[in-house]
Amino acid sequence: MKSLKIIVLAKQVPDTRNVGKDAMKADGTVNRAALPAIFNPEDLNALELALRIKDQLPETTITLLTMGPGRAADIIREGFFRGADDGILLSDRAFAGSDTLATSYALAQAIRKMGKFDLIIAGRQAIDGDTAQVGPQVAEKLKLPQITYVEEIVEISKSRIVAKRRLERGVETVAANLPLVLTANGTAPDCRSRNARLLMKYKHAKTVSEIQSANEDYLHLYNDRPYLNITEWSVNEIDHDPAQLGLNGSPTKVKKIENVVLQAKDSRIIPANDEGIEELMKELIDSHTIG
Amino acid sequence: MNNVFVYCESEEGIIAEVSLELLTKGRSLADMLNCRLEAVVAGVNLKDVEKQIMPFGVDVLHIAEDSRLDPYQTLPHASLLINLFKEEQPQIALMGATSTGRDLGPRVSSALHSGLTADCTGLEIGDHEDKKVNKVYENLLYQIRPAFGGNIIATIINPDHRPQMATVREGVMKKETRSAGYKGEVRMLDVNKYISPEDFVVKIIDRHIEKSKVNIKNAGIIVSGGYGVGSKENFNLLYELAEVIGAEVGASRAAVDAGFAGHERQIGQTGVTVRPKLYIACGISGQIQHRAGMEESAQIISINTDPDAPINSIADYVIVGDIAEVIPKMIKYYKKNTK
Ligand SMILES: Cc1cc2nc3c(=O)[nH]c(=O)nc-3n(C[C@H](O)[C@H](O)[C@H](O)COP(=O)(O)OP(=O)(O)OC[C@H]3O[C@@H](n4cnc5c(N)ncnc54)[C@H](O)[C@@H]3O)c2cc1C
Repeated sequence: MKSLKIIVLAKQVPDTRNVGKDAMKADGTVNRAALPAIFNPEDLNALELALRIKDQLPETTITLLTMGPGRAADIIREGFFRGADDGILLSDRAFAGSDTLATSYALAQAIRKMGKFDLIIAGRQAIDGDTAQVGPQVAEKLKLPQITYVEEIVEISKSRIVAKRRLERGVETVAANLPLVLTANGTAPDCRSRNARLLMKYKHAKTVSEIQSANEDYLHLYNDRPYLNITEWSVNEIDHDPAQLGLNGSPTKVKKIENVVLQAKDSRIIPANDEGIEELMKELIDSHTIG
Repeated sequence: MNNVFVYCESEEGIIAEVSLELLTKGRSLADMLNCRLEAVVAGVNLKDVEKQIMPFGVDVLHIAEDSRLDPYQTLPHASLLINLFKEEQPQIALMGATSTGRDLGPRVSSALHSGLTADCTGLEIGDHEDKKVNKVYENLLYQIRPAFGGNIIATIINPDHRPQMATVREGVMKKETRSAGYKGEVRMLDVNKYISPEDFVVKIIDRHIEKSKVNIKNAGIIVSGGYGVGSKENFNLLYELAEVIGAEVGASRAAVDAGFAGHERQIGQTGVTVRPKLYIACGISGQIQHRAGMEESAQIISINTDPDAPINSIADYVIVGDIAEVIPKMIKYYKKNTK
């Protein structure tokens, strides 16, 4: 059969790109509550790469896997609206405090439980940490090859992939047999927008925890339409070694967090008018700073 | 055993700048720890790397010469490091936060179950007391990086696992040789002992690498634009000013994300670190991740509509105004006064 089973790894992140003035608290730290939680941008590129494979090989199935708090179910819904077939939310206090290695371990164990797959696609990195570590570490944990920074899938079949990678100063095209792990670069095509039909269909998709706190009138929906149930796995659903999870399973620890007090320089205020700026330019020329 | 290792990137026998910067840092860490500095390089045409590497004070240089190791590929380079590190048990391993280092580092750290901190802006040695288990760890690597959340710097440690791994961007550490005649030992590795044929399952079928066109790292003057510049078109004002005064154009990540400027121009923790004699920040608020890449500039001018923008407090000159009005005036009066 000409179809693939694809797993897309996605994360919900605070939107660090729009840390506006109102998002800062008086003490200079970010007011996380004021930041919208978004689908990590490069994970959307990952989803698009998967959707393009599905365009080509229509029997393909795409399952999103995300780890996070309950509200990260938004990621699964967003994926449904854009064409993903299924989604799993991995959510448990036991995962709290995970560094990238513990995160990768949990994701890899969930993937093992998900059964046979042909391809895993993750975003290159998440904007809240920019580490770019989870994709390669998941690959290593599953003993699979990795192709990072992919911007285009040139060729795909049931058994083989040819992909173009974006490096600092150029591109590289590589070929390999499946299964393996890809990470999608921001230069890959933008994700298609939500599909109106899918939006209607999946609007009420919820995890068990969400259903429990939902309006009773709707409960029958989840029996009548099984596809509205988002699978939620706690730590008990995955085979695991507790020593590798969460804070305990994280080799890196935060020793301390320091607030940086800006050491105010004796700045000179230059009036933004003609005189002020001419004065400044003359000074910079005279001191040979410019010119 | 238990030494400081630096993975050196090479391209046709030339060692990458960032690797030489890390050798400099690695040397000073090794001095503090009273241990040796070791370097690993894998690729082809490595006859002369000894001359490039030893002067940085390298005590042992491991060379893996094999045509299959250049250009870089994940699995063979990862196997080489994983197996070498199992033998040598380094306490610290450093690599560049380049497309190579960021592909390789996580793979190696996962296999060795050792922590890895990306994009460090500082590396120091210090102790740590874990009060919960009443244990004191001596001489740990402090991996310092800005943390998401305002003006916050985090110090990350890796108390129980080795090697303590970190990646660092180009330009963060200063490059300085130890002595021209520094004598270290060269060890030629038997590549097949470390790498297996299965490591070559990914085939490179085509490669186009260009010489980097943008050279912001070595520019004397940088005109840098942020999200406040507003659009790609408005960025042309910055190019114009740069052209007139002989500067390069840089950008904040918000400006790069918005598509106003290319990635290679990003300055900051996850971009390039620069130390020009003059840095003109146009419509940049000055978040810590940005400042990490420019605060050592000799002089800073900030042009910002917000008198309270954080960047203003580290600027020598503050122009409170709209870049669309201020920059044309700068161009005009520069021209007028240099004729
Ligand atoms: C893990 C991580 C890594 C990061 N790495 C980097 C990095 O390497 N480099 C980097 O830069 N950032 C980095 N960031 C992002 C950083 O936190 C800030 O979000 C970013 O630097 C903000 O860019 P900005 O100052 O251009 O935008 P903003 O913060 O939006 O500031 C825009 C400024 O423009 C001013 N302005 C608006 N209109 C005008 C006008 N017409 N004329 C003049 N001024 C005007 C505003 O007053 C404001 O001060 C990173 C973040 C994270 C989480």
